[in-house]
Amino acid sequence: MTSRTAKAKSAPKKPTKNTAKKAPAKKGGSHTTTIKVDALARVEGEGALTVRVKDGAIKEVKFRIFEPPRFFEALLKGRSFSEAPDITARICGICPIAYMMGASQAMEDALGLEVTGTLRDLRRLVYCGEWIESHVLHAAMLHAPDFLGLDDALLIAKKNPELVEKALRLKKLGNTILETVGGRAVHPVNLKVGGFYGIPKRDAVRGLAAELKWGITASAEIAKAFAGFDFPDFNYDYTCVSLRHPDEYAICEGNIVSNRGLDIPVKDFLHHFEEEHVAHSNALQGRTKKTRQPYLTGPIARYNNNFDQLSPLAKETARAIGLPRIVTNPFQSILVRMAETLYACEESLRIVENYEEPTAASVVVTPKKGEGHGCTEAPRGICYHTYRLDNQGLIEKAVIVPPTAQNQKQIEKDLWGVVEKNMHLGQEALTWRCEQTIRNYDPCISCATHFLKLTIERE
Amino acid sequence: MDLFAGIDCLVLVDAAKSGAKAGTVHRLDASQSPLPKGFFHYSTHLFGPAEAVEMARMLNRLPPMVRIFAVEGKDFAHGEGLSPSVKRGAKIVEKEIRDLFAEIIPPR
Repeated sequence: MTSRTAKAKSAPKKPTKNTAKKAPAKKGGSHTTTIKVDALARVEGEGALTVRVKDGAIKEVKFRIFEPPRFFEALLKGRSFSEAPDITARICGICPIAYMMGASQAMEDALGLEVTGTLRDLRRLVYCGEWIESHVLHAAMLHAPDFLGLDDALLIAKKNPELVEKALRLKKLGNTILETVGGRAVHPVNLKVGGFYGIPKRDAVRGLAAELKWGITASAEIAKAFAGFDFPDFNYDYTCVSLRHPDEYAICEGNIVSNRGLDIPVKDFLHHFEEEHVAHSNALQGRTKKTRQPYLTGPIARYNNNFDQLSPLAKETARAIGLPRIVTNPFQSILVRMAETLYACEESLRIVENYEEPTAASVVVTPKKGEGHGCTEAPRGICYHTYRLDNQGLIEKAVIVPPTAQNQKQIEKDLWGVVEKNMHLGQEALTWRCEQTIRNYDPCISCATHFLKLTIERE
Repeated sequence: MDLFAGIDCLVLVDAAKSGAKAGTVHRLDASQSPLPKGFFHYSTHLFGPAEAVEMARMLNRLPPMVRIFAVEGKDFAHGEGLSPSVKRGAKIVEKEIRDLFAEIIPPR
């Protein structure tokens, strides 16, 4: 797919279920224009957007999440520590591993356990599977249409069926990894505190190798196809927050770091970050505690903080598709996702080729009183859990901070900047651009409410 | 799409949101013509049964026979159970699917 194609198709279409109307001019020369997007599409969950502009200046940007609160933190109280992975997995159908792993790690921290060796490798493998299926679903099916001026992936299939076939097969590979290691493609059932319920069979795990080798090539090909997109011109100096591990591109473990010099253990997350409840959203919004500023978590933050730890092929592919060393254009997140998909295929291949069945499916777990913290890199960014247990291992307190909640304020900042830069566009084109800006984040609104309606008012 | 690869007949059952009376049973033959858009209740992904079938058609993956039964829903809010009219529609669909299979599956 070339930028020529993208440019030819970048003329925005009228958003579905949207209306755009111009209010009559008011006395004094100013006027109000209202655009309504009934529901933000091609995202997970229900959200909307309001932008208010007066005399050419933006007065307000609100990314509204109206999906109902889901009260998982309350649901967990009184439950056994062992139930947390399976209950929290239901927060999200596309990133259940992130919740199962965060919950498991927090409980293991509380109970003084460590999961190492092959069990640790299996966890990294199943998490790679989640990155692959989540990243490809978003990049190819939900986000790519934006760059092509198309309403949906169906129209991509019409123009380029080979690309869609490749993406579907790659997504399926991710789900197959989840099924092989986790026992089920959606909401895996084989993961628990301390490890797994059953040991994945050697033949089944090693049998993934051939398709993973294909996946490496396919990821690179899709990345190169997307590199030809026309990326809107917008840059931001993000505070990038991610995990960092001394030995590997962090997925499951590490300290929490930022490009501003932060380097803290996971247990200190809430000393440095907090959530705020704003009137216009059912999801809490994250910010830094000291400066009360937004920050970015997710693929771009990981890439910027940990580029040196990507594989040589992933780094080479990143360069080949035009990614700079530090990414500041959020529209390039689609390319970063494909580079990470390639890395996840490589990392998965490394693990499966060396897999031998462990002697035990999990470490021995004994419930006791304690408090623990866990944080892993969900496809969309760091996902933090903390729990307090009583002496029977029942949950007294649960706090879960998903990545989309953490990114909400930054999404609003991006929108502010994008609207400011594109005021010259007509209402429909600007609406399209705003929706595209939100989809840069692959927002999981359903996750953010565990606890595109676009209105642009010009006055 | 992977689930119906290599089969002769695909039957899909889903809820519809076409504006018809609640409990109405819609019968669609996707083998013959494209499915109407905006017919089924969508999630925010905007990718429902119609899109899955049309994607399969574009990729030449559609089985030779594709029948879709959709029962017009009454209430799509969170909750449990089916409305009485929808339950009646579901019973009709169940019988028609059994009759269809009796017709196309040769006796052993």
